[in-house]
Amino acid sequence: MTLGTDTMTSNITGEPILKVEHLSMKFGGLMAINDFSFEAKRGEITALIGPNGAGKTTVFNCITGFYKPTMGMITLTQKRGEHHLLERLRDFEITKIAKVSRTFQNIRLFSGLTVLENLLVAQHNALMRASGYTILGLLGFPTYRKASQAAVDKARYWLEKADLVDRADDPAGDLPYGAQRRLEIIRAMCTEPELLCLDEPAAGLNPRESAALNTLLHSIRDEGVSILLIEHDMSVVMEISDHVVVLEYGQKISDGTPDHVKNDPKVIAAYLGVEDDEVEEIAEKLDEGTV
Amino acid sequence: MTQSSASENLMGKALKEALFAGATAFGLFLLYVGIETYQNINNQLVWRTRWGMLAIFVVIAAVSRFLMVAFIVPHLDRRKLAKAKSGILEISDEKSFFHKHFLKIALFALVIYPMVSVMLAGTQGSLKYVDNFGIQILIYVMLAWGLNIVVGLAGLLDLGYVAFYAVGAYSYALLSEHFGLSFWVLLPLSGILAAFWGIILGFPVLRLRGDYLAIVTLAFGEIIRLVLINWTAVTKGTFGISGIPKASVFGIWSFDIGAANNFTKAFGLPMSSAYYKIFLFYLILALCMLTAYVTIKLRRMPIGRAWEALREDEIACRSLGINTVTTKLTAFAIGAMFGGFAGAFFATRQGFVSPESFVFLESAVILAIVVLGGMGSLTGIAIAAVVMVGGTELLREMEFLKHVFGPDFTPELYRMLLFGLAMIIVMVFKPRGFVGSREPTAFLKERKAVSGSFTKEGHG
Repeated sequence: MTLGTDTMTSNITGEPILKVEHLSMKFGGLMAINDFSFEAKRGEITALIGPNGAGKTTVFNCITGFYKPTMGMITLTQKRGEHHLLERLRDFEITKIAKVSRTFQNIRLFSGLTVLENLLVAQHNALMRASGYTILGLLGFPTYRKASQAAVDKARYWLEKADLVDRADDPAGDLPYGAQRRLEIIRAMCTEPELLCLDEPAAGLNPRESAALNTLLHSIRDEGVSILLIEHDMSVVMEISDHVVVLEYGQKISDGTPDHVKNDPKVIAAYLGVEDDEVEEIAEKLDEGTV
Repeated sequence: MTQSSASENLMGKALKEALFAGATAFGLFLLYVGIETYQNINNQLVWRTRWGMLAIFVVIAAVSRFLMVAFIVPHLDRRKLAKAKSGILEISDEKSFFHKHFLKIALFALVIYPMVSVMLAGTQGSLKYVDNFGIQILIYVMLAWGLNIVVGLAGLLDLGYVAFYAVGAYSYALLSEHFGLSFWVLLPLSGILAAFWGIILGFPVLRLRGDYLAIVTLAFGEIIRLVLINWTAVTKGTFGISGIPKASVFGIWSFDIGAANNFTKAFGLPMSSAYYKIFLFYLILALCMLTAYVTIKLRRMPIGRAWEALREDEIACRSLGINTVTTKLTAFAIGAMFGGFAGAFFATRQGFVSPESFVFLESAVILAIVVLGGMGSLTGIAIAAVVMVGGTELLREMEFLKHVFGPDFTPELYRMLLFGLAMIIVMVFKPRGFVGSREPTAFLKERKAVSGSFTKEGHG
């Protein structure tokens, strides 16, 4: 839903692109997320971290429309200054209209389609318009032929970035794991998103694949696309993210630069599991500057 | 020394397995074959034994198991070993001329088929070949290709496809009876009406997935049939509608006997219904080609790719901004439309429609053809239709079987048995259907077929 178009464009880096306010999600009696608020800034890589079961993927599913949040407001501000309230859009509209696209924790590729076809399916809406909702395309109008060529070119551009050109005509299910991860990311990029949400992109990757992923993510950020990612692997988080939000039991416990978060005693306690009084102790010591 | 002990070993093993197979066969067939019940003159149910027959069954099982273990399996193993040692790969990229030009050859054969059958069997004799084989098979090819869009491409299991066939047939029958519209007006109209019903069914149903969708579509098929039976004021119930007008050659020549522009009179041919059947053959061939053309074209459109993506992973589709509801609806509507075309054709060919033609068995046969052919593959489905429909038609011709099994034997009764047997055999040896691989719709460097082991069947 468009709230109104500001005349002022807000494509300056540092403006918030995604604003999550007082987000709560309840599954029956279980409060998966409780009054969670954070901001992701345009042009940055924001990481959402937390122990297992903290509610990271639930937050993702709320942002991308796969769950309807019980409470709260999720606002996306586009480059042109349009605001969209994501909790009011249906899941496919969030990608189509609000330009937020996502990947999944367990890779969801179209394994029986070729790599190239996967990338063409991602450009469905643009191609649909160009083919006059199939009718003009069936009649052989040149607009569709041009658009489909452009779609292949765009797919080739991203295949080169992800180093997958040689595998373009193979079925997606035939790719090795790391390549499937990269393919899922570039498939999401083919929808031309402004915000890319990645759910544990580095899970299960070997060090070399992990490095290839980092290069890909950096090149995506250089295109001006903001990234929001969930990650377990702290080395990846600390290396690539500009901003880290920490979630535990559905609540935010820390928010800031990677260095700030790394030294936050609450985060240390959440990850290492310390007794509550010890947390206070550590906090006191930190205040005194003895640690 | 070792050689002979190994062969002795093998013989001993074969003997043991043969005895075991014999014992199993004995256990299995003791009650089925060994004992037979029948009614005597006093209408009493009595039983008699058939030990001879039972012995034959057991001996066949034991002997074939013995031969299998002792000779056939070692022979095959030796051949495989020899091949592996020689280092020649079995896979070769060279395709035979027939394989490469299969589609052109098949199309050419179809076009000359009526002429050849007229030449070989005479005008009147060709009726059987053109009508019973040609038209009958092509109707099923068209129906299966239509259902293929829904089941094979979009992965939505539809068990009530025959409902759209019925809508098409009754649309033609009723509209031509009440409004006197010609076949060429009603053909597209029947398709549109069937598509409309597809959408009406689709709206409430397509939020269901998998088994649930299958059950509801099955129910829809039955609802349509029951409405046709019970709404006697309009459909005349089980009596059906007869006297449905014949199709004309684009309104120029008619096949009605009394008409001034009668086809046979216009060309000075002897009176025969064969010409009408030949015309119908080319008509259904053209309709099939239309279905194939539209399917091939649509697969390369964004909508076709979205259908296939939907079959692979619906959630991923939604994450890419594809409206899955409209995508499913278009698949349902277009599949239903071809069902409607086929229905209109069926009505004009039979000249008579009744609810009996649209029972669940028809849906099951069409679905079986799609699955046997390999979901998504037009060629495979066409082959499956020829095998299944042509095969059952062929059974009617097997008069010589009466000499083997006695004069009471009616081969047609074993239609469904053979149908089931064929399905089991194909599913054991080719679990993905005759053509299991899929052709990609776009390629960067070279077009490589995607193996069936990667594609999914869809979940709803």
